[in-house]
Amino acid sequence: MIKIGVLGLQGAFREHVRSVEASGAKGIIVKRVEQLDDLDGLIIPGGESTTMRRLIDKYDFLEPLRQFGKQGKPIFGTCAGMILLASEIAGSDNVHLGLMDIKVERNAFGRQRESFEADLDMKGIAEGYNAVFIRAPYILEVGAGVDVLATYNDKIVLAQQGQFLACAFHPELTDDHRLTAHFVGMVENSKKTLAS
Amino acid sequence: MSKVGTDLVKRGMAEMQKGGVIMDVVNAEQAKIAEEAGAVAVMALERVPSDIRAAGGVARMADPTITEEVLNAVSIPVMAKARIGHIVEARVLESMGVDYIDESEVLTPADDIYHINKRDFTVPFVCGCRDLGEATRRIGEGASMLRTKGEPGTGNVVEAVNHIRKVQSQIRQLRALSEDEVMVFAKENGAPFEILMQIREEGRLPVVNFAAGGVATPSDAALMMQLGADGVFVGSGIFKSDNPAKFARAIVEATTHYDDYKLIGELSKDLGTAMAGIEMSTLTPADRMADRSE
Repeated sequence: MIKIGVLGLQGAFREHVRSVEASGAKGIIVKRVEQLDDLDGLIIPGGESTTMRRLIDKYDFLEPLRQFGKQGKPIFGTCAGMILLASEIAGSDNVHLGLMDIKVERNAFGRQRESFEADLDMKGIAEGYNAVFIRAPYILEVGAGVDVLATYNDKIVLAQQGQFLACAFHPELTDDHRLTAHFVGMVENSKKTLAS
Repeated sequence: MSKVGTDLVKRGMAEMQKGGVIMDVVNAEQAKIAEEAGAVAVMALERVPSDIRAAGGVARMADPTITEEVLNAVSIPVMAKARIGHIVEARVLESMGVDYIDESEVLTPADDIYHINKRDFTVPFVCGCRDLGEATRRIGEGASMLRTKGEPGTGNVVEAVNHIRKVQSQIRQLRALSEDEVMVFAKENGAPFEILMQIREEGRLPVVNFAAGGVATPSDAALMMQLGADGVFVGSGIFKSDNPAKFARAIVEATTHYDDYKLIGELSKDLGTAMAGIEMSTLTPADRMADRSE
């Protein structure tokens, strides 16, 4: 069975596990670096990116996470997780994992009172998908190898680059598991490729 | 078409705070220390609960200058307190762009009968509870997040422990009831029936429930997590300790790794003096903030 870890330092990680399991894979909460070895793919959940980064540093997760991605294993970053994946953050010299060639802006849709739900069409994945944006970031620019899979009001909110997937919203908060299922599919393919 | 202020958006915001620590701060400098230490949000206040306790008199919403200063200082979410039932204080905070409002018994209630109808607002609310009746009444009024009341500003965790245990225990009782017994449970606990039915079905509260009111050490924070809290509010504990930055980091780590006792032991070394605590029996009924408005 495909094993997908959810980084469980802070944030909505249990909901992601539920969504992974509803999509037919095994979900595992990851709190320690050594757990990464056993996984086929990883989700970095929504939460507070500054808090997560501090805990990532504290427990020496940064380099092992980078290596996990560089081995070709898929990583899915949602909201704060997208910020952690990005190679550039607007208005900041800070880069966290820097695995994906995207430039993001934090809290780009505004504060909590501007947070919203909206229907999205995700290229090749789902139409009419109810996406929940909470103090959400968006992607300002993407590099050459990045596919833009969804936009909202012309802002990029879902993108994929090889084994990396990033979204600005929270797929774990609803019962629509189509995006998680897409990621599970990415992990299945990569497991086959990495095995051969 | 986008929709703002929905239950999903309001409750979802609290979901993102899970496993984290929300810290009381009274100025920009403290807010930055909290953010740097890994707080998931800060609560902007004019005075921390232990100082409110010491000052006496009527405690109100903070001066908006302080709240604005904190809003501008950090990129993590900013919460602020309004008095129970004070619709206008809450509207003022909403208009300032505060991310979450705490309708809080730490301030002197403006209405000793009714709480705010929180469904009318776009901004989400957190409210205190001591048992499942109180928790479900607040959810019924539209609270998107709960916290135990504990006994704020005492540095004594006993009441927060009582409250989280009570809520968890009542959820277990409710789950064991047959459907035809739920209405009497609703009557006896002053709890809205439909919300009880939902909790019975799902086995948990429909919103996140944090611990608050008396958490003073890393071990206290980890204890609350073990008892089933989704995260921790620390009020007076941090900035009333000797070394706030170190204390704040230790509480954040103990909350993440609440079952790693060796780590909590390490974190607890040389933290300096925690805030002075108050024994519950020395409080007069008028001193007890948790009993304000139920």
